Amino acid sequence: MKASLIERLTEGAIVAFLWLLRVAVVLVVVVGSALTIMSGRYSLEVYVGLVVSGLTLGSIYALIALGYTMVYGILRMINFAHGEIFMAGAFAGYFVVTASDKLGFLNQGAVSAMITIVVAILVAVAVATPVALLVEKIAYRPLRNAPRLVPLISAIGASFVLQYTFRGLFGPGIYSYPTVDFLDRTLPISGIIVRYVDVIVVISAFVMMTGLYLFVMRTKLGTAIRAVSEDKDTAALMGIDVNRAIVTTFGLGAAMAGAAGVLYALLFRQVFFMTGFVPGIKAFTAAVLGGIGNIPGAMLGGLFLGQVESIGPTLFLDGFNVPSPNQLKDVIAFTMLVLVLVFRPSGILGERIARSRA
Amino acid sequence: MQLRKLGVLAATAALVLGACSGAATATDPLGVIKVGANDPIHVAFWGVISGADASLGTDSLYGVQIAADDKGGKLLGHAIQVTTEDGLCTPEGGATAAQKLAADKTIVGLVGSSCSDETVGGIKALTDAGLTTISPSNTRPALTLASRGPEYAGYARTAHSDAFQGKAVAEFVFNVLKLTKAATIHDGSAYAEALQGVFADEFKKLGGSIVAQEAVSKGQTDMKPVLTKVAAAAPQVIYDPVFVAEGGYLWAQSKQVAGLEKTVMIGSDGMFTPDFVKAAGKAAEGNYLSSPNFSAFQAGYADFLTKYKAKVGKDPISAFHAHAYDAANILFNAIEKVAVKNSDNSLSIGRKALRDAIFATKDFKGITGVLSCSASGDCGAPLIAVYQITSRETGGTWPPAKPTWP
Amino acid sequence: MTVTSAGMPATGAAPSANGAAPAMPVSFQRRVIRTGLLGAVIALYLCMVGIVPIFNARPLVQGVISLGQAALILSLFATGFVATRRVAESSGRLIADGAIAGGLSGVALSALVLLGSVVDVRAFLPNASPVLYGILTFNLGTIGFWIPMAAGAVLGGLAGAIGLASPRMRRSLFVGLISLFALGLFAGLIRTPMLQLPVAELARLLFASDGLTLIGAVVVLVASVGLHHVQRTRRLDLQFAALPPSRRRRIQVPLIALAAVMILVLPQGLGSFFAQVIAIVALYVMMGLGLNITLGLAGLLDLGFVAFFAVGAYTVGLLTSTAEFGIAQWPFWAAVPVAVIVAMVFGAFLGLPILSIRGDYLAIATMGFGEIIRILAGSDLLKPILGGPRGIINIPKPIEVPPDSFLAGPNQIYYIALIGAALIAFVAWRLRGSRLGRAWIAIREDEDVAEAIGINLIQTKILAYMLGAAFAGLGGAVFAALVGSIFASSIQLMVSINVASLIIVGGMGSIPGVIVGAIFLIGLPELFREFSEYRFLFYGIALIAMMQLRPEGLLPSKIVRREFQHGGGDEPPESSASPLAL
Repeated sequence: MKASLIERLTEGAIVAFLWLLRVAVVLVVVVGSALTIMSGRYSLEVYVGLVVSGLTLGSIYALIALGYTMVYGILRMINFAHGEIFMAGAFAGYFVVTASDKLGFLNQGAVSAMITIVVAILVAVAVATPVALLVEKIAYRPLRNAPRLVPLISAIGASFVLQYTFRGLFGPGIYSYPTVDFLDRTLPISGIIVRYVDVIVVISAFVMMTGLYLFVMRTKLGTAIRAVSEDKDTAALMGIDVNRAIVTTFGLGAAMAGAAGVLYALLFRQVFFMTGFVPGIKAFTAAVLGGIGNIPGAMLGGLFLGQVESIGPTLFLDGFNVPSPNQLKDVIAFTMLVLVLVFRPSGILGERIARSRA
Repeated sequence: MQLRKLGVLAATAALVLGACSGAATATDPLGVIKVGANDPIHVAFWGVISGADASLGTDSLYGVQIAADDKGGKLLGHAIQVTTEDGLCTPEGGATAAQKLAADKTIVGLVGSSCSDETVGGIKALTDAGLTTISPSNTRPALTLASRGPEYAGYARTAHSDAFQGKAVAEFVFNVLKLTKAATIHDGSAYAEALQGVFADEFKKLGGSIVAQEAVSKGQTDMKPVLTKVAAAAPQVIYDPVFVAEGGYLWAQSKQVAGLEKTVMIGSDGMFTPDFVKAAGKAAEGNYLSSPNFSAFQAGYADFLTKYKAKVGKDPISAFHAHAYDAANILFNAIEKVAVKNSDNSLSIGRKALRDAIFATKDFKGITGVLSCSASGDCGAPLIAVYQITSRETGGTWPPAKPTWP
Repeated sequence: MTVTSAGMPATGAAPSANGAAPAMPVSFQRRVIRTGLLGAVIALYLCMVGIVPIFNARPLVQGVISLGQAALILSLFATGFVATRRVAESSGRLIADGAIAGGLSGVALSALVLLGSVVDVRAFLPNASPVLYGILTFNLGTIGFWIPMAAGAVLGGLAGAIGLASPRMRRSLFVGLISLFALGLFAGLIRTPMLQLPVAELARLLFASDGLTLIGAVVVLVASVGLHHVQRTRRLDLQFAALPPSRRRRIQVPLIALAAVMILVLPQGLGSFFAQVIAIVALYVMMGLGLNITLGLAGLLDLGFVAFFAVGAYTVGLLTSTAEFGIAQWPFWAAVPVAVIVAMVFGAFLGLPILSIRGDYLAIATMGFGEIIRILAGSDLLKPILGGPRGIINIPKPIEVPPDSFLAGPNQIYYIALIGAALIAFVAWRLRGSRLGRAWIAIREDEDVAEAIGINLIQTKILAYMLGAAFAGLGGAVFAALVGSIFASSIQLMVSINVASLIIVGGMGSIPGVIVGAIFLIGLPELFREFSEYRFLFYGIALIAMMQLRPEGLLPSKIVRREFQHGGGDEPPESSASPLAL
């Protein structure tokens, strides 16, 4: 196939444009960071503080992203309603923590606070999982063999139903978690404020992610899940209960999201019916960043996104004296996403499914 | 063949119907609404009752419903019917809601909208239809400027303009708190952006300096980066007139950023709710909120709160329920004034007469104050107060007992 | 419509319960109890979500039944019906089964009433209010707690009894009830324009200000059952299909002409609200046809379509506004071509970096673009140019006319949007059959094969992005003129999602599908504005139900229909028959 001169020229121009784009973004990042750092406006502690807050946010994104990535891995569908599962978990946790507060148990010291948190997480998991399984049964299961976009639309519908069910049930107002004194204590580091809650969120997120990873890699059911995500039909021929693997995947993802809901609400303290929307989109982005369908990728993507959002606006844009750089944090996040995808069209760690399946 | 004849017939009918729709009655320049002997008096509330800002409009809607309940659900012997239209807090949502209401010729008057954007989108349709709407919560200054366009002829409001509020807060900070270095944060909404703009201008006029003007986006939860940036400018006070969710995040997290431990936070009426104080938690204590001066409200407000609690089961979820109650009552009053009772118990209400009666409201004893409407539709008593939040409010008592200023 | 979808969980969930029955014999008693419990959950849901108490204020038939009551009755009735469906049993047993299932649902409501008399949970569950308990007990208070139970048993038994009736009778009854429901829902919308016409008295007779009158209800029931009977016995549709083509055309042509005339006079007869709604629908048709090229033909899932919409709207705003941020004060007609071209340029530039990205990665990358444009439009960074949150106001209408003219307000946008949509539909139709259109379809089917047979991937894809963007830009331009202002808050991710949904609901790659999808997903929710937030609940339920009942869309293109008939899209046909594919 011989390309004409014009075609070759346009192709050249396009390649040049793409390179220009990459160079421009890299330039903005490097020059902006250099300008910001050299301006001396912020001390080292400030940057460390931002990294810490990015880490807490990122670990929550990572937890939610796991649900997206696992469901995608096994069904090749974007579970748009996953953010709402997260919201359901946060709501469930609210009632536990509030009850504990009303009973005067919550703020009686470290032990009672931790017990409350653990119970809240367990209840959140116990609420989020059946909700997710119900959604799977009603909205997704009948569509397993439909083309890709059909379950996507069904998922969008499920997302609406869940949002407005919660709005109908609990009203449009914002519910605030009670203050947990124990969580508001700070680590004795001068210059930066690291609260206990930050530490707890990061540690619990990592424990859960490690647990999930081990479950998927080491157990029989985990192996079944991986087999089904490789090839549903072959897995079925090998005697694997495909349905069970899929339901387990949904359940696991929902459990992670429910727990993430409580952690998120402990950090930010507010829950209302739209709570799941933005974190859902972010976590989905994180999953894609890491390479959708890839479990370590989701974790990596979440952490990366958390950092970009937290430190990006200050580091990259402040040096240029951009007005209100923090308003543009999602612009930075999505630019990074597109850039990562331009360099690696299937995410940071994703490789397997990009060409063959997507 | 019969089908064909039927088609021709239908086409003719459609043409005839189309031609006849222009007819109007003559006694009032904008037409007369006939309320049949057994028909209800139809009023409408339009505003945001879905989506993230739903509590603003829902709260106002409760105010309107309580106003109707207080009348025993009846006006001049006719039941009051309150229709609601969702304006989605966007101009296009407001435009569609307004078109729908404008097309309904049984509607006598309206309360709404919630968001200024909705009014910008919808007011032309309402004014053109001869209707008049009274907004309980639009605060954008431009809506009641003397220089506003003719499309605003049917628009009045019981809410105060941001121009009053931003100025009041600036005076409070400079004269009472005696602070001179301020920063502002808005959330990308027209409300907050305008309010912080007014504040900054007035504050500079008074001799203070604005050390940072920042913004966050709606739905953002992690405010530490923006607060860190503001902290670098070392302001003594941060004015962040945003809404409940973002406001809660900003205040709570301000205590988690080094350098802001002692900075005073001030918010405005968009955050003046128990939900916000709960969301900010202990971080709210010692900080300030500006809002309509509830203690200057008339005695009726306490009664109203009792009724609200009985109806809804909890304390008000936003700041403009009382303004909505007053808006509805101004409307009901004006209807009572201009409605002509016919012998068969039906009512005739002139649209222009009603509009004039609303604009002629003078010394109306509402629960937000004694209200008089200006020629450009400002009916609100611009009584702004600043309240300090204490452990009493964070402990769950609402509203604050008495203002710090004035 | 609304309550049929509200009842959807019942019917939607039922097949899985019933479907299992033949394979795994469940005793009838267990099935009845299971259905009853499911019904209880649904009835409680209807109450607690607020559908029953809030829509109790909205009459379906004035003075007889409210929408909220109807929803509850429907759910109890449906429980009884589902519990006794497809069971061959004695009539007494059927009625008893129905009554047990319905009664079981009622027990849950009775428990709710009793519970509500003890604790007030309104701080968390605002709908567990005295209003709700009043509805459930006919305002008898706690003493009336037995009423829902009894009502459930009676309704369930009734439903069981209906199972005894002949299918013909049953169908007639359902048609009647559905018509009653639909007309009761739309009563206000139908009455409002009628009051302006010489038929005002008829309107008053049939319709109350909300809902039907009692007379209206009877008339609707009789008329719909009668019509159904006529249609069934005469089979007009079959008669029509049996006609020779020439005679068929003789009927079709005047019908089409009639439709055209109706469309032209519609806003005059029905009022400006309908004009506004149809203008919005037409606007989404334009965007839908745009995305139909990118997604439906070329298979590139673009979730950032709002970006081009924004570009079109802002370009028109900047060029025509007479207020603060206007730069040129051009007339609308001069600004539109510029808006379309600018949108195309954006399409090309946003398309370039993502050429090599495929599938769902593409979806998220484009969604990122949509978000970037949305945030930038409202940002402080671009505030000096685009107005930030203040937006661009005073965008003049394309044709300046006095307010009482037939072209006033949304009416002119209605005509402009219709013409625009028709034009775009024509272009899209011509494109589809063209060489380019076939190249797009080839890319959708398999990119690698398409490249191998000599299709220039870059050129073809970029053209898809550009044309899609052009159509969306035109949509945005008309939007700016319709609303008369453009704010950053109008640029929402929801716009992109709506456009993608309407294409799939309408039928991928099909032009009539886009139109039907827009009417269904954009027009209907606009008509149901009075239901405020519940619209979105019903919208969600409708999306889920649509995907199960007609996954190929309402009016799919031939290719898509063929794919669906051969089982799932990318699965080989036999796999859908394998037992594990469930």
